Amino acid sequence: MNSLADKTASELSELYKKNSCTQKEILDSLTQAIHSKDGKLNAYVKFEQTRPIHRKPPATKARHQNIGGQASADGDLRSPLWGVPIAIKDNICVEGQEASCASKILQNYIAPYNATVIEKLLDAGAVIFGRTNMDEFAFGSSCETSFYGPAKNPWDLARVPGGSSGGSAASVASRTAIAALGSDTGGSIRQPAALCGIVGLKPTYGRVSRYGLIAFASSLDQIGPMTRDVRDSALLLNVIAGYDPKDSTSADVPVPDYTSFLGQSIKGMKIGMPKEYFKEGLSKEVGEAIKSAVKKLEGLGAVVSEVSLPHTEHAVNVYYIVAPSEASSNLARFDGVRFGYRNKSAQTLKEMYEKSRGDGFGAEAKRRIILGTFALSSGYYDAYYLKAMKVRTKIKSDFDEAFKKVDVLLTPTAPSPAFKIGEKTEDPLQMYLSDIYTISANLAGVPAISIPCGFSKNNLPIGLQFLAKPFDEGTLFKVSHAFEQATEFHKQKPEEPSS
Amino acid sequence: MNSKYLTTIGLEVHVQLNSKTKIFCGCEIRFGAPPNSQVCPVCLGLPGVLPVLNHQAFRLGLRAVLALRGTPSKRIKFDRKNYYYPDLPKGYQISQYDCPLGQGGALEIETEGRLKKIRLTRAHLEEDAGKLMHDISAAASHVDLNRAGTPLLEIVSEPELETPEEAYQYLTHLKAIIKSIGVSECNMEKGHLRCDANVSVRKNASDLLGKKVEIKNLNSFKAVKAALQYEIKRQTEALEKGEAIPQETRLWDDLKQKTLSMRSKEEAHDYRYFPEPDLVPFFVTQEEIDRELASLPELPKEKAERFARDYGLTTYDAGLLTQSSGIADFFEDCASGFPGHKTIVNWVIGPISAYLNEASLEFEALKLAPETLIRLIKLVESGQLSFQTAKEKVFPEVLKTHRDPEEVMKEKGLAQVSDEGALDAWIAEAIQAHPKVVSDFKSGKETAAMFLVGQVMKKSRGTANPGKVQELMKKKLKELV
Repeated sequence: MNSLADKTASELSELYKKNSCTQKEILDSLTQAIHSKDGKLNAYVKFEQTRPIHRKPPATKARHQNIGGQASADGDLRSPLWGVPIAIKDNICVEGQEASCASKILQNYIAPYNATVIEKLLDAGAVIFGRTNMDEFAFGSSCETSFYGPAKNPWDLARVPGGSSGGSAASVASRTAIAALGSDTGGSIRQPAALCGIVGLKPTYGRVSRYGLIAFASSLDQIGPMTRDVRDSALLLNVIAGYDPKDSTSADVPVPDYTSFLGQSIKGMKIGMPKEYFKEGLSKEVGEAIKSAVKKLEGLGAVVSEVSLPHTEHAVNVYYIVAPSEASSNLARFDGVRFGYRNKSAQTLKEMYEKSRGDGFGAEAKRRIILGTFALSSGYYDAYYLKAMKVRTKIKSDFDEAFKKVDVLLTPTAPSPAFKIGEKTEDPLQMYLSDIYTISANLAGVPAISIPCGFSKNNLPIGLQFLAKPFDEGTLFKVSHAFEQATEFHKQKPEEPSS
Repeated sequence: MNSKYLTTIGLEVHVQLNSKTKIFCGCEIRFGAPPNSQVCPVCLGLPGVLPVLNHQAFRLGLRAVLALRGTPSKRIKFDRKNYYYPDLPKGYQISQYDCPLGQGGALEIETEGRLKKIRLTRAHLEEDAGKLMHDISAAASHVDLNRAGTPLLEIVSEPELETPEEAYQYLTHLKAIIKSIGVSECNMEKGHLRCDANVSVRKNASDLLGKKVEIKNLNSFKAVKAALQYEIKRQTEALEKGEAIPQETRLWDDLKQKTLSMRSKEEAHDYRYFPEPDLVPFFVTQEEIDRELASLPELPKEKAERFARDYGLTTYDAGLLTQSSGIADFFEDCASGFPGHKTIVNWVIGPISAYLNEASLEFEALKLAPETLIRLIKLVESGQLSFQTAKEKVFPEVLKTHRDPEEVMKEKGLAQVSDEGALDAWIAEAIQAHPKVVSDFKSGKETAAMFLVGQVMKKSRGTANPGKVQELMKKKLKELV
């Protein structure tokens, strides 16, 4: 059955315009889908306790006393996301809602303000609808480190949805969300998007305000859309992108209408394939899916060539110095003093810190805090953090060089399709390698998108990644949309999880 | 103190910058507001917030660097200083580590009658922490974060101060400069100026510097001096006994007047400094530097030189007058209409300074008009009012009520009595009341006369012209001999 929950954001907008559905019908349809599926998926965090939030445009206040109100042909429809429910990753602050980062230490912490992206979504008429599961503090690639238990992959409940934005990916893929926001520090939007068969965009660093995103690694974090197709991705980026005076690292660069890049021909577009991304570690199935995608793109007129990003091999190492270092400092504020979990049995200040943090953080969070604290320690700083920052500059210039030759880069998003729950939890290094193809974009600050490009023989989705120059998301949308129009992968959906 | 020991002192002074709002958020800075009323998600360090630099705070810091003849950094960058304490909301302080706002610079102090240049190491911007309030009865501690995020400029001196007195002088001169350029109100009571001192003692100049002891919790210039004196004595005595001085941080206890060990070198924090990723480094333009330089007022030292030259003051007097621009301006206003410059100086550094010290007031709080002081001085110079009465009775009343000195003098009957008839009557009375003193005088004890003069002054409630009384008293007593 094709329910309203199956629609994309742009399809919903069309239905509204034709007056063929109401907001209440959409929310009901989603709620029903969540009730029937999320018990198994665990994509949402405390769904029952989270009330939808919608900002009524002032002119029509009286006509929309509640969310169930009829959206008729009036000013509201000019709002680009009028009435479209968006699920929010649990590390983005929504006023009056719990923002726990799927951590015990922030359980029951109610955010007193809206993240800038939430303000922008509300201004655009969207409904803030539910909070999605994630790896604790976004530390992970499988959603298994969540305090609320792992989210599952809707294509195979025994497998991970990827992470850290696994809940966002699983909800969008399973049709329990129309679209969602995720955050991406080393691949946390793109890798789960690939593993769940949806579109995930990590914008250029500075393209979207980080104000209200609970920081993991400040110099790498970006919020981005997770959607069922490229059009929705462009639609959402249109709304959330832009300079924010509250975020000094946001860029004062004009925001184009990203939907204008859709439907354009990619004839003559130069696509580079970095040779370093096609070495050992890449599964055969993913490699083959990429190969046929390349053929498809060539068929559309693109010119594909090999390029080199020589410092790629250092990316994971650099990332696991820089990201935990920043995280160790960013997570210092969770100390039990002003908010969040506090161990009540502590007798001294030191004990309060130790016990609150000891109880409040999970194993992976502790591992990264210790790693980062060590890397920043006096006597080690130069050898680790400083060195890593220098290599990071090299990685960035690799991209600068590559983009002199090509318009866009094409790589796999993840080395393999979704792995089994528990498969990598005992081996952090294996887990860290899940992000081997996505980490460089964060280190270099460039935008990258993952789109569906095939299925494994087990019917698990496979994603490919495009990367572009800073602030050239338009090119990502152009090539992704062209590919999407020529393929059917994005139209496939997982079967209802069987009981 | 044993003179064969050499002392090396360096000071770290935190100056609260006079900006309307905090350094990384829009919260108003207001002293004495109810706890946690001047706060927002940013200065509370709530999850998800980001700092945004208040450019006014930066500009004030730059201004101070330029006034202290430091070299401003072209690239402005912030770093995180990581440590845990309940008054530090984020678990790190945003500060500047390897790229401070200003480097170098110097200020001149006077020590034992000569000028000495104290070089500055650096000056950097940082945010203040909150305050802990300990509730003894409830066995609980509370955190007030109103102060968290207040902009500070930390000014670090080279270890070139050699005595507690030099440290005191350094602070006095630094305060004068900072205040004169409008960078801070420098109100000590409000904690606008806070100081940590590093001190070490060694036996010979050829020895390596001794182990550095840092003293914290110095809440006044007086405390700095007393703590340094105490610490030098403590360290010297230890060295005398052949004990080693450990490198440590000590706290000054103002009540007990001594320093107590707070933490050893081993317990020292590893602050794990790294560049603050939430703030983007930016470049200071030469135009901005030039604009600040051009708007700097005459600095205290330049002013003191001009005062000495133009008003014929001693270096000492000129130095004292120029420590506060309010006082310096007041002096100049007075001096423009009255040639007795030295008399004005004496009033300012005498009765006026004494009054300010006693009442713990800044000069500006007096709201004293220059004409008022001149009128008071003229009353004294014309003999209508004795200096003593002017100082002790009329002036305090004038300060309190802002009334005309002559009016106060007349109303209180404080006019000086020089009339010989009136004085003679008091003199006769004194002589009659104290026959023993008179006979002492007769037997050659000249000082006995002064006692009798004192009695007359007392009787007249200080209004008798003391010179005249002395003259008449001596004449009278000699007649009796």
